[in-house]
Amino acid sequence: MNADRKKKRFVFRAIVLFVLIAAVIVTLVSSFMEDNPVVKAGDMAPNFVLKQVNGDQTFELHKLRGKGVMLNFWATYCDPCKEEMPYMEQLYPEYKEKGIEILAVSLDTTELVVKNFIDDYDLTFPVVHDKRGDVMDLYKIGPIPTTYFINPEGEVVRVVKGPLTLNRLEAYFQEILPGQN
Amino acid sequence: MNKIKCECGHINPEGTVLCEACGKPVEKNQHIDGNDKGKLLNMRYDGSARRSQTYNKTVIDKVWNFFSSVKVGVWLIVLALIASAVGTIFPQEMYIPPTVEPAQYYRDEYGIFGQLYYQLGFHNLYGSWWYILLIALIGVSLVICSIDRVVPLHRALKNQRPKRHEVFIKRQRLFGQTERVSNTDMEAVKENLKKKNYKIYEDHGHILAEKNRFSRWGPYVNHIGLIIILIGAIVRFFPFMYVDTYVWVREGETVVIPETEQQYYIENKDFILELYDPNDERFSEAIQQEGGMVPKNFQTNAVVYQVKGDTVPGSEPELEKIKEGEIRVNEPLKFNGFALYQSDYQLNEFKSMSFKLHPKNNAEDVIGAFTFDMTDPKQEYLLENGYRIVVDQYFPDLEIDNGEPKSKSNYPRNPAFIFFVYGPDIEDREVSFLTIGANINPGNQNQYKLSLAGVEMRDVTGLAVKKDRTLPIFAVGAIIFMIGVVQGMYWQHRRIWIHPKDDGVWIAGHTNKNWYGLKRDFESILDRTSINPPEDQQELS
Repeated sequence: MNADRKKKRFVFRAIVLFVLIAAVIVTLVSSFMEDNPVVKAGDMAPNFVLKQVNGDQTFELHKLRGKGVMLNFWATYCDPCKEEMPYMEQLYPEYKEKGIEILAVSLDTTELVVKNFIDDYDLTFPVVHDKRGDVMDLYKIGPIPTTYFINPEGEVVRVVKGPLTLNRLEAYFQEILPGQN
Repeated sequence: MNKIKCECGHINPEGTVLCEACGKPVEKNQHIDGNDKGKLLNMRYDGSARRSQTYNKTVIDKVWNFFSSVKVGVWLIVLALIASAVGTIFPQEMYIPPTVEPAQYYRDEYGIFGQLYYQLGFHNLYGSWWYILLIALIGVSLVICSIDRVVPLHRALKNQRPKRHEVFIKRQRLFGQTERVSNTDMEAVKENLKKKNYKIYEDHGHILAEKNRFSRWGPYVNHIGLIIILIGAIVRFFPFMYVDTYVWVREGETVVIPETEQQYYIENKDFILELYDPNDERFSEAIQQEGGMVPKNFQTNAVVYQVKGDTVPGSEPELEKIKEGEIRVNEPLKFNGFALYQSDYQLNEFKSMSFKLHPKNNAEDVIGAFTFDMTDPKQEYLLENGYRIVVDQYFPDLEIDNGEPKSKSNYPRNPAFIFFVYGPDIEDREVSFLTIGANINPGNQNQYKLSLAGVEMRDVTGLAVKKDRTLPIFAVGAIIFMIGVVQGMYWQHRRIWIHPKDDGVWIAGHTNKNWYGLKRDFESILDRTSINPPEDQQELS
């Protein structure tokens, strides 16, 4: 009888503590999620479809499966974005051959400024225009540039906030080259 | 578990201070409540066995006992208070300029303490993990403290018997002795007790009169309310329960509403700003004090759309109008759990600019005109008679950086253009650089000039996007909280014991608060009887 009670008490306390601890953990975890609701490394990259500015193609992210994708969010009024553009342009021909696609999503409001920019910088990789800000909202983009490196399986391998250097860009390309595994 | 058998025959759980049935002090446990033989009994929790103070076996028990301590609970609250106070020393993150990097801002503005402040997470106090943990631990402490006290207290009050031990009676705060009492007096007392709404329990002449026991549960009801409020706060972390964000919409624009998973769009049909009339003498003085504009009303005429079917984000969505209305301050537009509140505006962004082309020296002789629409600009504008304007550069928000023109934002607040003018009598082309208030002609060779012919402005509305499904939780929690407070505040648990002793009686009384009220009860109960009113032994000593 005594032992029985003791056991009951143990079970009761264990259950109450378990529920309370679970609540504490849920709270802490969800507060972290709150801080960081963006797409993280390890997540599948959410799909979107946008029209190209420097060409007639329409790009859907999921259709690029099988290729490594560098997804770059930028705008013409953003100075650090302009710095990394030449590096992307420089590496593009070589890595396109190796199965990597660059997709630069412009967050400008008008296509005109994007077109002018492409002409000024002679960009050959596809630049798409997020006119209504849908994709920006989907990826919860804060400061730009923000760049996602997505492997051929569609999984985000790396998220980089801020401009990239040539060396780092090349190193990150290595991580998403197709046919590695 | 070692049970304690009292001389009255009742078996008490270990850790009992006063026998649940007769109230006799359990010799070996008097230290728990600090009872001293010569003094009054400590009636806290009726001397019941708060179990956690006696067992300490498994890990679970140890954790349980830690949180069961009121001392621990008080310390957690003190720590939370100190942290909250420290959090007000420097501004919170949301109040610093949005363009600066917080880490740098705190270091630059407030030095080493600012840096520490930032690194420890005081800059975003309610979001920092240790603060959330602290509040959560207070919640844990609240639950366990309550369970650990309400159960034994309930047991003790349920098991109490009318017949109490003499020591228990004698060491109550209100205690009185009467040598000789008649039966009629006893009957009169019982009648009076009933009139005063006491419930009477009798056992061989021993009487326990009790009222408002439910008031003892007030604090626990109150705690349940608090726990529900805490649950409401936790649930706010989930976007399906709670959203608080912001969207800017320009007149004529349709944009996605954030935090709706790209399911809803909003169109700003018109933004209206009405001002108080500065010529009205009732207001003129106040308006002058304010330095000009005082809005009387600002509103957005808006349409909310829902996306029909499955669309991949970025593709042209098929929109279905679900709501149209006017949004004014405090008059939100509501749809499917969301509410859009008017909270800010920006006036006079450029929507379009019209230009005319004419010979440099004759503004009247217009060759052609065109309108540059900021929402849908063209690369090229064809004029009559073979003249053609090509937009070489468009800067929505001009800034000169090291002599280079560039745009510092997306928004047409300070537009500037580089136009190429082509025409039948123009060799190659003429270049015009136009900004607000300036027309720069780089080569100074131009025959033709572009002049501003008109502008169209538009306003931007700032809407707060809110969804709060947690309010009912808070309401229920707050109501239960208040019920608990009222229950414990406005009623008191009063008990009166009448203990026959030889030919007379001993009487004693206890209440958890408002002793004055209990004394008044005694006065009216013992009125016109030979029983002496009890004395307040605390005042005597």
